[in-house]
Amino acid sequence: MGKTLYEKVWNAHAVGKLADGRTQLFIGTHLIHEVTSPQAFGMLRELGLKVKYPHRTFATIDHIVPTENQDAPADALAAEMINAIRENADEFGVTYFDLKSGKQGIVHVVGPEQGITQPGSTIACGDSHTATHGAFGAIAFGIGTTQVRDVLATQTMTTEKLKVRRIEVNGKLRPGVYAKDVTLHIIRLLGAKGGIGYAYEYAGDTLDNFTMEERMTVCNMAIEGGARCGYVNPDQTTYEFLKGKPYAPKEDKWDEAVARWDSFASDADAVFDDIVTINAQDIEPTVTWGISPDHGISISENIPSPEDAATPEEQTTIKEALDYMKLPAGTPIKGIGIDVAFIGSCTNGRLSDFREVAKYLKGKKVDPSIKAIAVPGSQITAVLCEKEGIDKIFSEAGFEWRAAGCSMCLAMNPDKLIGDQICASSSNRNFKGRQGSPIGRTILMSPLMVAAAAVEGKVADAREVFDVEAIPASA
Amino acid sequence: MALEKITQVSGKGIHVPGADLDTDRIIPARFMKCVTFDGLGEFAFYDVRFDPETGEKTNHSLNNEAYSQATIMVTGENFGCGSSREHAPQSLQKYGFDAIIAESFAEIFFGNSTTLGLPCVTGPKADLEQLRTAVDADASLEISINLIDKIVTYGEQSFPIEIPESAREALTSGKFDPIQELLENSAQIEAVASQLAYIAQ
Ligand code: SF4
Repeated sequence: MGKTLYEKVWNAHAVGKLADGRTQLFIGTHLIHEVTSPQAFGMLRELGLKVKYPHRTFATIDHIVPTENQDAPADALAAEMINAIRENADEFGVTYFDLKSGKQGIVHVVGPEQGITQPGSTIACGDSHTATHGAFGAIAFGIGTTQVRDVLATQTMTTEKLKVRRIEVNGKLRPGVYAKDVTLHIIRLLGAKGGIGYAYEYAGDTLDNFTMEERMTVCNMAIEGGARCGYVNPDQTTYEFLKGKPYAPKEDKWDEAVARWDSFASDADAVFDDIVTINAQDIEPTVTWGISPDHGISISENIPSPEDAATPEEQTTIKEALDYMKLPAGTPIKGIGIDVAFIGSCTNGRLSDFREVAKYLKGKKVDPSIKAIAVPGSQITAVLCEKEGIDKIFSEAGFEWRAAGCSMCLAMNPDKLIGDQICASSSNRNFKGRQGSPIGRTILMSPLMVAAAAVEGKVADAREVFDVEAIPASA
Repeated sequence: MALEKITQVSGKGIHVPGADLDTDRIIPARFMKCVTFDGLGEFAFYDVRFDPETGEKTNHSLNNEAYSQATIMVTGENFGCGSSREHAPQSLQKYGFDAIIAESFAEIFFGNSTTLGLPCVTGPKADLEQLRTAVDADASLEISINLIDKIVTYGEQSFPIEIPESAREALTSGKFDPIQELLENSAQIEAVASQLAYIAQ
C-alpha cells in the first residue's frame, strides 16, 4: 500500500512517542518573525537554553514594518520589537534577513525566495500562514509561542498525526479566474472548519499546471479552511523554482536532492482519508461578503439573506455577518462601494501577482475616492517589480507603491482602515477588525479583482472592467 | 537543567473579588503587542486597577499597599474564562503570583497555568469563603498550599484542596513543562537529524 507525502515526511521526522501519547516531531526548518518570537527567546534565556540548530532557524521582520519608510518604526514599541529580533538573532546565532539585507519581507515570501523552503522537509513558524510552504511539498505548521520556544531549544515539537484529504482540481481555469479564486472556492465548498484534523493535499491537473506562486496562494489559505497544513506534491515546476536559489542544494548535490525530493511525493496507490474533486471550469471569480473566509460567493451572485438560511444557526451567522458588514441582504455583491484597495500579503504579494495586475492596469485610473496601496511581499519582489516598471504602472494608475511588509493584511504597522471603511483586499482574512479598525470591513478577492474594484470604486467583475478575454493571461 | 519540583507554595494572600473573571479582564488585548511576556505583569487586571476614563487608581484590592507583598491569589468561580491567550497566566505570574486558589477554573487557563508552573487549586466553597474573609481582615496572613498532602493551611485553619492528578504529578515532579521531556530525547533528536540530508548541508 502506497504512502502519502504527509506520511513519508512524518515517518522521516518522528523522534518518538511522549509519555502523554503525542509524538515528538523533528522540525527541520524554523522560520521566525518579530511578533511571536521575542517571548520565546525570553523563555530560552530564563531556562538557560540555547538554540539547538541555529543554522536551521531563519528570521525576518514583516508584521510591524512601516511600508512608507521602512526605517521609521511607528512607535517605541515597534522599535523595541525590531531591536529585539536583531539582538536575539545575534545572540543566538540565527540567520536574520534585516531591512538592510535587501532580502527582508513577509516570512512566507522570504523562505521560498531564498530556497530555504524545500520538499520533504518539516517547517514551523509562529504564524498560522506557514501552510504556504506546503506548496513545495513540505509539511509546514503554524505554532504558538511556547512551541516556538520548544523548536528553538530542541528542534522538535509535540504534535499529533493528522488525517489527509486529497483535493483534486481538474481542468483549465476560465480567463480572469486565479489561484486565489480556487482557494476561496475550496473554502466556500468545505467550510472554514471543514479541514479540522486534516492535512490538505492539493492535486489534480489544475494544480500540476500551476506555477509555484499560484500553488503558494492555494496552500496559504489551507488554514482558513481549518486544515493544519496544506501541500502540493513536488515536481519539475518545484525543482526549477528552487534551482540556483541561495539556500537550495548546490550543483554537485542537485541530482541527489531531486531524487530525494521525488521520493517524498505521494505514491500513485496512496490511500487518503478523504478525496474531494472539483472541476476548474466551475470556479468563478470569488469574493467574500461576510466575516469568515468561507463567506464566499461568485462575483455574479447575490449577498445571502438570513431568510435563505437552511438552519437557524446559519441564519444567526448570516445576520451577524451582515450586521457587521452593513451590506444589504439579497442584493448583488457587484456594485458594493469600497473605500480602500489593498494588493499584497503572503497570499498575493508576489511578482506574478503584480505582473498580472500591471498587464491590465496599464493606462487605467483608480477612482479618485479610493485609497489604493500595493505592497510587495519582499524587498526582492519590490526590486523585480521595479526592474520591469511595474511600480510605475501602479503609481500612474493611482496606487501608492509601498515597501515590503504585511501591511494592511493585519495592520500591526501604520497601514490601517479607519472607522468602518470597506476594503477590497488580496489578503486572507476577513475577520472583524482584522485590518486595524475595530469596525473596519474586508472583502477578500484576487489581486486583479482588487484592481478592478479600485478602478470602479466598487466591487466589480475584473473580466468586464479589463476586457480580460481580449488580453491573453500570462502563462 | 531540571525544573523546580513544586510541592509547596507559601506566601501572603490577596483576595481578588469576582466570579467569571475572564482573560480579557486579566490582560486587556491591547497589551498583547509586546516583546516579552515579562512586561505583561504591570498590565495584569489593568482595566480594573485603573479607571478607563480618568486613568486614576481605583480602590481595587490590587491597589491596596498593605497587600503589595501578596503572592497567592484567592478568588471566586470560573476564573480565567474567555480566550486561550497564554498572556493571561503569564501576566499573573509576572505580576508576582505563585499560585491561585479559586472555587473553579476555566479549562484552558488551567492548562496554560500548569505548563508555566503556576498551580491552580480549588477548595470547598465554605472553606474558601472563610479564607477570603481572613485574607481581607489580615494582609500579613501566611497561606501555605501543600500539593503533596493536598491541603491549604493558614493561621490555625486548614482545608483540603483539589487539583487534577495529572497536573499535580506534573508540578510535584517538576515536569509541568513539555520542554523537559523534549530535551531529554536529545540523542534520538540527533539520530533523526543525522538521517536528514537537508539538515547536514
Ligand atoms: S501577510 Fe498577513 S497573513 Fe501573511 S504573515 Fe503577514 S500578517 Fe500574517
